[in-house]
Amino acid sequence: MLRKTLLGLAAGVAMTTAGFASAAMAQDALKMVFIGKNTGNPYFDSLTNGFVEGCKALGCEFEFVAPATAEATSQIPFIEAQIQRGVDVIAISPNSPDALNQVFDDARSKGILVLTVNGDITGNESHRDATILPTNFDNVGKDQVEMVGSLIGYEGEIAILSATTEAPDQNKWIEGMKATLASDAKYAKMKLVATVYGDDQPEKSTTEMEALLSNYPDLKGVIAPTTVGIAAAAQVVQSRGIAEQVKVTGLGLPSEMRDFVKDGTVTAFQLWSPYNEGWLAAHFAKGVKEGTIKNEVGSTFEVPDLGTITINPGNSINTQAALTTFNAGNIDDFNF
Amino acid sequence: MTTIRSILGRREAGIFVMIVLFAIAVGIAKPQFLTLNSLRIVLLLVPLILIGAMGQMLVILARHVDLSIGSVLGFSAMVTGMMFRYHPEIWWPLGFLLSVGIGAGLGLLNGVLVTVFRLPAIIVTLGTLNLYRGLTYIVSDARQIDRQYVPSALKAMSQTSPIFGIPWIIFISFAVVFATWWFLMHTRLGRQIYALGSNPVAAPLRGIDVTGVTLLVFTISGALSGLAGILYASRWGFVNPSNTGAGFEFQVIAAVVIGGVSINGGVGTVLGTFFGVILLGCVAAALPLLGIAGTTQNAIYGAVIIVALLIDRTVRRQGVKSLARARA
Repeated sequence: MLRKTLLGLAAGVAMTTAGFASAAMAQDALKMVFIGKNTGNPYFDSLTNGFVEGCKALGCEFEFVAPATAEATSQIPFIEAQIQRGVDVIAISPNSPDALNQVFDDARSKGILVLTVNGDITGNESHRDATILPTNFDNVGKDQVEMVGSLIGYEGEIAILSATTEAPDQNKWIEGMKATLASDAKYAKMKLVATVYGDDQPEKSTTEMEALLSNYPDLKGVIAPTTVGIAAAAQVVQSRGIAEQVKVTGLGLPSEMRDFVKDGTVTAFQLWSPYNEGWLAAHFAKGVKEGTIKNEVGSTFEVPDLGTITINPGNSINTQAALTTFNAGNIDDFNF
Repeated sequence: MTTIRSILGRREAGIFVMIVLFAIAVGIAKPQFLTLNSLRIVLLLVPLILIGAMGQMLVILARHVDLSIGSVLGFSAMVTGMMFRYHPEIWWPLGFLLSVGIGAGLGLLNGVLVTVFRLPAIIVTLGTLNLYRGLTYIVSDARQIDRQYVPSALKAMSQTSPIFGIPWIIFISFAVVFATWWFLMHTRLGRQIYALGSNPVAAPLRGIDVTGVTLLVFTISGALSGLAGILYASRWGFVNPSNTGAGFEFQVIAAVVIGGVSINGGVGTVLGTFFGVILLGCVAAALPLLGIAGTTQNAIYGAVIIVALLIDRTVRRQGVKSLARARA
């Protein structure tokens, strides 16, 4: 059953949902929904696949919905609709750390398990049941500094090309990068000269990258911890033919970065497996709902292919301990 | 002397002076702005807007407006991208035919709604802006066309050059500008667009096929947005159902209006529109260079549009006054 699309013209804004549910389920099958940040975001295709496969294996009913734009309040009508539909589990990649509190409370008062996936509502953790993050976000900044350091020989000017100024995860990672650069003697010869924002638009990311190169002729490395930014930065370096002088790295999708790695524009970059987030979230939700997993700090559970998973303080669960590094040697092993 | 005065008296001169003053002002703060490299950055930033602006200019000259171009761009690019993904064996230049053809079809539909059903273009195209974007989600299942599916030869058009190190994509956009100029200046139909826009009531009395000309401008606007669609895939290497073409109409209409094309129809030139696009391109390239943060950039970009319009109005009013004085 492929319920393709529901198109609404509301207030001059087109909102679409592309949802799909697993085939002919038993009446009492667990109903799970994943609400993405926005539609058409290739990152969430892979994450959703993890849910789809997980739900198939567990016999749950699954649906994916998302608003057209990643605005703070755009997910609220989707959550309300799912509460009305009577789902058992709402997994969501929240677009706002605080705008969803009330609607989350509504859902939980009706016995719905609310999980934040791939991003948390930092500061408002009491409004959700648990969070599933791809890796410990405290370490992302440090790992990225080490990555760019290894590419430029731990010496020279570096810059950060981020997404938007208010993106909470980006800011957490950037803080981590700055703290690492300031405190670790290994990076004493590296200097962060600028942090710029490309708003996750290719055009703006490109002009920001070009401006970095004009303003800092001695620039050695750029960290772009955003999939749009790293691809735009790589394209600028590719078209200028300066891959030897300026090393671009950051967080990117193998599917978007493959060409740049193969032609030598980008040596290495990092990310985690979005697929595993969906896979783990599906197993965790099913276990909690059926009482086989205790949603308590310190308790552990088994997930096929991922092994033993521990629930960390703040009911936070990580799918992997450290970032995965992609390079010419392994990029073809990943299909997302 | 007379030649110089007649050049300076033209509206395009005002915009050109604005570009020069802006470049000098930025150049004082950041000397690296006044380099060939900046010219390269600006020229690589504007081809799609330039192509869209030529179509939009025709529509506005005919006293209409086309708000749907961003979604026409997105839909054409998406269908073309899907052809590349599902049928990689197809000779890739056919993608141009497909993208332009789809764009022309969507543009024609706009034109039919405006002429046959006599609906205001601003409402029709506001509707199709959403309709075509929604269709883009439907056909694509809300999935992006990734880099690996866009033919390398197409992507290379934004990087490799036939001559002088200038990429193909810039030549294509300049060819569109030249063709539009020739069409407006040297064909009967071109002149009829001006006549229709300056006086829609009198146009049929002068033997102008109002329906035909209106359909034509919307079809051309759609076709050029379709061309911009496949060039988007070339320039950025992917097609995304929500991002591709989003906000394109605002950039294009702003450039056309800054370029001195009257929103009341009938007045405006290709050269003016060209300068309007270049001015916006310069602003977009200069703001990051000046270290102005992303959130502030939008505000400044908007302010530049308003200021450019105010200067243009003032210059024109004084032009009329001095003309009146000369006559008196």
